[in-house]
Amino acid sequence: MNESIDIRETGSRTGRPLLEIKDLAITFATSNGDVNAVRNAHLTIMPGETVAIVGESGSGKSTTALAAIGLLPGNGRVSAGQIFFDGEDIAHASEKRMIELRGNSIGMVPQDPMSNLNPVWRIGYQVKETLKANGLPSGPEDVAKVLTEAGLPDAARRAKQYPHEFSGGMRQRALIAIGLSCQPRLLIADEPTSALDVTVQRQILDHLDKMTSELGTAVLLITHDLGLAAERADKVVVMYRGQVVEAGPSLELLRNPQHPYTKRLVNSAPSLASRRIQVAKDRGLESSDLLTSDDVVVEKSKPAEVLQIENLSKVFKLRSGFARSTDFTAVDDVSFSIKRGTTTAIVGESGSGKSTVAQMVLNLLKPTSGRIVFDGVDTSTLNTKDIFKFRRRVQPIFQDPYGSLDPMYSIFRTIEEPLRVHKIGDAASREKKVRELLDQVSLPQSTMKRYPNELSGGQRQRVAIARALALDPEVIICDEAVSALDVLVQAQVLNLLAELQSRLGLTYLFITHDLAVVRQIADHVCVMEKGKLVETGTTDDVFDSPQRDYTKALLNAIPGATLMLPPEVA
Amino acid sequence: MTTYILKRFLQVIPVFLGATLLVYFLVFSLPGDPIAALFGDRPVNEAVAAQLRKQYNLDQPFWIQYLLYLKSIFTFDLGLDFSGRPIAAVLGEVFPVTARLAVMALIFEGFFGILFGLIAGLRKGKIFDATVLVASLIVIGIPIFVLGFVLQFFIGVQLGWAKPTVSAGASVQDLILPAIVLGLGSFAYVLRLTRTSVLENMNADYVRTATAKGLSRSRVVRVHILRNSLIPVITFLGADLGALMGGAIVTEGIFNIPGVGQRLYRAVLSGEGPTVVSIVTVLVLIYVVSNLLVDLLYAWLDPRIRYDS
Repeated sequence: MNESIDIRETGSRTGRPLLEIKDLAITFATSNGDVNAVRNAHLTIMPGETVAIVGESGSGKSTTALAAIGLLPGNGRVSAGQIFFDGEDIAHASEKRMIELRGNSIGMVPQDPMSNLNPVWRIGYQVKETLKANGLPSGPEDVAKVLTEAGLPDAARRAKQYPHEFSGGMRQRALIAIGLSCQPRLLIADEPTSALDVTVQRQILDHLDKMTSELGTAVLLITHDLGLAAERADKVVVMYRGQVVEAGPSLELLRNPQHPYTKRLVNSAPSLASRRIQVAKDRGLESSDLLTSDDVVVEKSKPAEVLQIENLSKVFKLRSGFARSTDFTAVDDVSFSIKRGTTTAIVGESGSGKSTVAQMVLNLLKPTSGRIVFDGVDTSTLNTKDIFKFRRRVQPIFQDPYGSLDPMYSIFRTIEEPLRVHKIGDAASREKKVRELLDQVSLPQSTMKRYPNELSGGQRQRVAIARALALDPEVIICDEAVSALDVLVQAQVLNLLAELQSRLGLTYLFITHDLAVVRQIADHVCVMEKGKLVETGTTDDVFDSPQRDYTKALLNAIPGATLMLPPEVA
Repeated sequence: MTTYILKRFLQVIPVFLGATLLVYFLVFSLPGDPIAALFGDRPVNEAVAAQLRKQYNLDQPFWIQYLLYLKSIFTFDLGLDFSGRPIAAVLGEVFPVTARLAVMALIFEGFFGILFGLIAGLRKGKIFDATVLVASLIVIGIPIFVLGFVLQFFIGVQLGWAKPTVSAGASVQDLILPAIVLGLGSFAYVLRLTRTSVLENMNADYVRTATAKGLSRSRVVRVHILRNSLIPVITFLGADLGALMGGAIVTEGIFNIPGVGQRLYRAVLSGEGPTVVSIVTVLVLIYVVSNLLVDLLYAWLDPRIRYDS
């Protein structure tokens, strides 16, 4: 197996590698015995070089990186192999030695900016203790300098603030400041921007690139995003199920993947090059027309436009001081309509108001002004009973498949609940329906007896889809429904949604920040910025000739957008 | 912040009125004639009884009694108890004793509870952790009067390490054993709370990040694990001060401590309305103020919590 791995050296750099991982195996002790998280991992990073490890969650990419800085969780240990840092084997180094190395020799920028800063200490203090622990000057001006270098404006004042007063992007800058404050020779960046908006992501990565190349820092970048890896790294290492399956210079690996997994990864990586998922090829012209054209053939008797949003606005009152409030316009005069059987995507960054629109369409939030017309009826005129019926026809799928399923409910109960609430059928027919639904989302019927914690993220999202489908809705609102999933799983779920659409004539409203996903699923795109609709059009029009600068910025920010990907290798 | 504190103090007014009214009514409704009880087995001298009833306003209907009592509070003249001593003097005598006892108990449970909880959390699953967990469960399971008598007998009587009862002055030294008895239940609770909280924080992302910054283990524990873990614990400790003061009755009974609990118990038995209400009112005020302090402390410990704007 290992012999077949072709490690294509760049050859441009010579000398001793900064980090060399050899035959690394990492074992976790669990109640079911030892589990091998990583086996036979190889990795070489030369000084100043950027190497990316790509893989899905659970592939062992983060575990490998954490081992290099001695931060494996309590039940994990290096069971074989060596990790050489500048010639010294640190796989079994003492904790004392690791404390010496951490910070000033090996730095880390962690994944989630929301949870990686201690909420009870000021930002400046958290930078200061890093400098102090590594024996560097740590006065207020040193702290401000470190933060300024990481691109934080007004650093001296900002240093006195707490993490919760920072936005996600600013927190990530603070974390980058901390990671690079002691000028380490190796920086481990574990998904440093995956929690951020694309445009912020781009700024931060650009800044990180600039800083590390100025300092000559080698970077070990961990990411699930192949496009991002290829764009940022000199070399890419692909990990799958704890093993390195392929490694080589980024572009070469991307253009000519050898291992079957890498091929799948390259093919399913959403990018601008990909096209709208075409389903049901075997159904002939009619069904593909159904997906791509505006002339909808389903149920001609009903109005073609299932949802019309007219001049929709939502103003929130923000409390500012005692008994005063200021208005905050989250959604500002938004109008668009959705044709039956098509998919419309609303894209925008966090804070653009896209989720607020979704909540109003779902009748979970009252619009301040404007109308939402569903199937010819203004939804604000509905009484309690009508809303109940409306809910049956418009169903949501939410972002977080971990949070949106009740952990105490079995899968059967989760999917059956809407049927029971709406008093549909008897126990036997409901069970039959649940079985059908599980078939529809390609889950085995035995899943019924299981609980959410026993399922993977992709499986849970399938359950969420089955639950949404239980009442045979006409419209499904997907609020970041695939954002939390790995690319391969994401591709599977998107395919499933497209297939269900062609089979059941569903209408989707997709809320997402991910333009690559939009490209794959949507017929129409609405771009939102700061509550306003700035651009609408068919997906092809918007992607091929964006009119607004904001849209262009969003498109440019997609990782790997500039890279040439092989067209449809499949 | 000032607005918030002012608002909270305004809330004290209805709490004060409600508590005094309720307690006064309960004492008023107690069966039996408190004045007749004063004569014990001797025949009641009607003239004296009438004089006493007038003196303590017992000849008045409930509302008049209550309003007269309120008036006495606002004129800072709480009147006399049945033995003829000013109630204010009684309060001044018993509250310092119980406050000393409660604060000592609080220090005991806080210090050892947090220390043991921290060690148990950091060494999850090891012998110390297991022992301390079982022991704390036993302490929680045994009622305080059993624990009190057992410790009094073994430590006070058999071993002679401490005085089995407390002498008149109720010195700090005398109160050590009673304070431990009083604080044991909460100690077990603080320990478990700290342990859970430490376990939760140990796996927090920011703790891993702190380690990755190159901080020493002891600094990570002190600055990043302990402080964050203390937020719920301090909240509990603050609220517990009021509970300890009010809950000291049993402990004071066992060790014969001349504190609030004993005096309150006697006053309830003899139906001394004003004395009961005065003591309870002070307890209620301590409760309200310690809860306010907890909320302020909470905001100080956790900067994400802000009460205005």
